[in-house]
Amino acid sequence: MQNYDTDVAVVGGGLAGATMALAAAQAGLSVIVVDSIDPKTATDAAFDGRVSAIAFASCRMFEALGIWPALAQDAQPINDIVVTDGRVREGAAPLFLHFDHREIGDEPLGHLIENRHSRVVLIDALSSNSNIDYRAPMSITAAAPDLHGYNLTLSDGTSIRTRLAIGADGRGSRMRAWAGIKTIQWGYNQTGIVTTVHHRDDHHGIAQEYFLPSGPFAILPMTGRRASLVWTERPKLAEAILELDDAGFHDELEARFGTYLGPIEALGTRWSYPLGLQLARDYIAPRLALIADAAHGVHPIAGQGLNLGLRDVAALAQVLAETVRLGLDIGADDVLARYQQWRRFDNVSLAFIMDAMNRLFSNDFGPLRLARDLGLGLVNQVPPLRRFFMRQAGGSVGELPQLLRGEPL
Amino acid sequence: MTKLDVNAASSVDLDEIAKFSAMAAEWWDPHGKFKPLHRLNPARLTFIRDTLARHFKRDPRQPRLLDGLTILDIGCGGGLLSEPLCRLGATLTGADASSENIQTAKIHAEAQGLNINYQNITAEALTMAGKKYDAIINMEVVEHTADVQAFLSTCASLLKPKGIMIVSTLNRTAKAYAMAIVGAEYVMNWLPRGTHDWDKFLKPSELKQALEEAGLTPQKPTGMSYNPLKDQWSLSDDVSVNYMIAATKNDQVTRDEKS
Repeated sequence: MQNYDTDVAVVGGGLAGATMALAAAQAGLSVIVVDSIDPKTATDAAFDGRVSAIAFASCRMFEALGIWPALAQDAQPINDIVVTDGRVREGAAPLFLHFDHREIGDEPLGHLIENRHSRVVLIDALSSNSNIDYRAPMSITAAAPDLHGYNLTLSDGTSIRTRLAIGADGRGSRMRAWAGIKTIQWGYNQTGIVTTVHHRDDHHGIAQEYFLPSGPFAILPMTGRRASLVWTERPKLAEAILELDDAGFHDELEARFGTYLGPIEALGTRWSYPLGLQLARDYIAPRLALIADAAHGVHPIAGQGLNLGLRDVAALAQVLAETVRLGLDIGADDVLARYQQWRRFDNVSLAFIMDAMNRLFSNDFGPLRLARDLGLGLVNQVPPLRRFFMRQAGGSVGELPQLLRGEPL
Repeated sequence: MTKLDVNAASSVDLDEIAKFSAMAAEWWDPHGKFKPLHRLNPARLTFIRDTLARHFKRDPRQPRLLDGLTILDIGCGGGLLSEPLCRLGATLTGADASSENIQTAKIHAEAQGLNINYQNITAEALTMAGKKYDAIINMEVVEHTADVQAFLSTCASLLKPKGIMIVSTLNRTAKAYAMAIVGAEYVMNWLPRGTHDWDKFLKPSELKQALEEAGLTPQKPTGMSYNPLKDQWSLSDDVSVNYMIAATKNDQVTRDEKS
């Protein structure tokens, strides 16, 4: 008789992978999480300086999984989003787009959470869940399916046989490579500079997105009169900016940030990430499903990267819950095909919308500039259009999985 | 040459194993020959699970809700229903008149790590052995039997007091003829031609009567409808093609049997 060590093995214990493990465990499945990063490093401020926009629907999912109260302690609600077109040192163009959460209800449009905070909450939740065996730091040295299961060999020499493997191991997914799944990808010739800024005046939970010629410049409100910046530049310029001394960096920063929140001060480390789009051709292979960045990496222009990953989690978890409650094999081809069908179209279309937005806004070509300013103004003048964009940003469009409606599995 | 003989003997076994493994792969390929059964399975299992949960007062959301129950899957084929019911916690006996099906089902269950008692045996033989079960799953079998009443009465005698039997079959309507025989067998080639004989299809009233005759109390039939756009079956009130009836063993008969 052949045996299984677990129902599900999640490879990669980052934000999406850890949430996947919690959702699978809630569905009654036994889960092993394998992550190559030491949990002590993963929760360190120096490891990941990014913040993530958690869309309203994603918040509801964390609520359904019981971890929202812990996450909410360090979450900054986003009440409004203001989108404007501009040039460095010239201020914003007169036409702009204003998304106000009061138009679609009382709830904020989403929340901003520092990744280092969400990692602590998720790792705690993994470690204290009796259905989850969390193994980190541990890497995978070999992976292959057989007819009825998936075999993983770990760096400590042990092996795991599972009914289903889930690849949540990010953009450079080795699980994807082992399965021979090809990707489509291109770079944007843009680097994202990320840093935190302290400002004097209250931001009132307003997120700002300026479209500057070199790319979007986003000011994301954080707790305690701080804001996180996602500042896109051409790679060479970004490199130069990152190497400036504090005074020089401050000058470049203020030229873009402006003084609408009073005097500002850059805090601590400057991080940088190359920006690019990457889509996996398939999300599934025998006994394997890819989720989040392993399946799709999008431009951070609309703050949707993690939210798309969490939508994968919610859809896959629901398919698995329905399957296991009928006693059916959770790793069967037709089960995985349902997940792929549910998610792939949505992810690809959003990836292309964000790609187009970035291309449209990341330039200084006169007629295009006028057209997009008129476009922003137009969307702003038509309330139903504005509400549509807000619902899209909040993740409430399309066929929503149960978890994203806030219902436990 | 003893050596050669040994090789010859073991190669026969290996051939057999290879054959049944190939058959198992065929039974369990969701896009293969048995695709219609795989498509039907979620709807059928939903009905079976919910019916058993209601009858035995279990929570249908619990992964092992059938713990402690003995179930007989009569006409189990490759084990498409036996395996899920076993995973839900039941102690499963799968019976089939075809020894090839039983070999196939055994190989697949073993590979899935499931402990199912598969037997190449008829309902009559199980009665003789004095077997009793909490529930009997009797899916798509009656339309292939020579004497429906005798078969159902035999099955009923295999139920424990307060046991439940779930029967499914095809209705004797023009629509069932069109879908099951013309559609599934001739047009789509989903099933081998001659799989079904329309004259043997049973109307719900006829099946109910036969179940009552067998000493059981039948419940309201539930139908299944096919959505060709989603390629999905769902439970419905439309019993004109495929339908299922649950029937419980009533206490009166149990007392009669004892006396």
